[in-house]
Amino acid sequence: MKKSDIILIGLLLLLSLMAFGTVTLYSKLSTREPEAVVFLKGEEKGHYPLSDNITLEIPQEDGTYNILKIQDGKADMIEASCPDKVCVRQHPVSGQGESLVCLPNQVVVEIQNGQEEGLDGSTK
Amino acid sequence: MILKFWRKQCWKGELMAKKTAYMGMLTALAFVFSYIESLLPINLGVPGIKLGLANLVIIVTLYTMGIKAACTLSLVRIVLTGFTFGNPVSMIYSLAGGILSLVIMILAKRSKTFSVTGVSVLGGVFHNFGQIMVAAAVVEMASLFYYLPVLILSGTIAGVAIGMLASILIQHLIKMIEQNESK
Repeated sequence: MKKSDIILIGLLLLLSLMAFGTVTLYSKLSTREPEAVVFLKGEEKGHYPLSDNITLEIPQEDGTYNILKIQDGKADMIEASCPDKVCVRQHPVSGQGESLVCLPNQVVVEIQNGQEEGLDGSTK
Repeated sequence: MILKFWRKQCWKGELMAKKTAYMGMLTALAFVFSYIESLLPINLGVPGIKLGLANLVIIVTLYTMGIKAACTLSLVRIVLTGFTFGNPVSMIYSLAGGILSLVIMILAKRSKTFSVTGVSVLGGVFHNFGQIMVAAAVVEMASLFYYLPVLILSGTIAGVAIGMLASILIQHLIKMIEQNESK
């Protein structure tokens, strides 16, 4: 082996290390955290990260409303103005593609970038 | 005069026959090495990591028989193994990796900066690089470059191993060839 060989090998090892660093950094930057996306009458109204603990009111012009609570990484509808309260009785959601639906008020809350669930998982 | 010419032609023919025999043997060797490699998959989570045993034969050919022989051998090996163990798609990948690595190795050898080990390391790394380029072009996804660091690393390690083996082989083979010719 010549000296230039050893330099070449060293350089390549360094390069692969650097490439590894860039790739990890890049993937860390590009992975988005799970969030709840609120749709009102089919239109996207907002993104709310599941890591926050917030209570959010979704009011509409005709007086109907829904209250969404995000806590412990899960989204739950805690109150709604509609008569049947299907969405309120629904369990909190956190998995990828899961959603809370309030048909009378035409409100849909969907989880995006969530973790894949094992059982009862859903895909989109 | 005529006799002299005839003798010369005979000698040329003998040389040609010798070369053909060598080429046949080397092709068979490269082919067998490819087969052995397909039997021993190294699974480290990233596809494409292998020792590159066939590259050992290519490097030895490059150093003992020249560029033309190495190119022919590489092409024949890829087409043969592609049809036997792979499919047309995997053949395209091998072709891209093989051609790029061979070109780089020829240039590296010409530059006289590196010894056999350095040439082999460059060949290994660029073989992986060529394959990744084709894969990225085929699936149109830049995310394949996530594999790049691992493949550079594995190419380097495999290249060092193969290069050391090849340099030992080349030393002995050149001695043998010289002895044969002096006889």
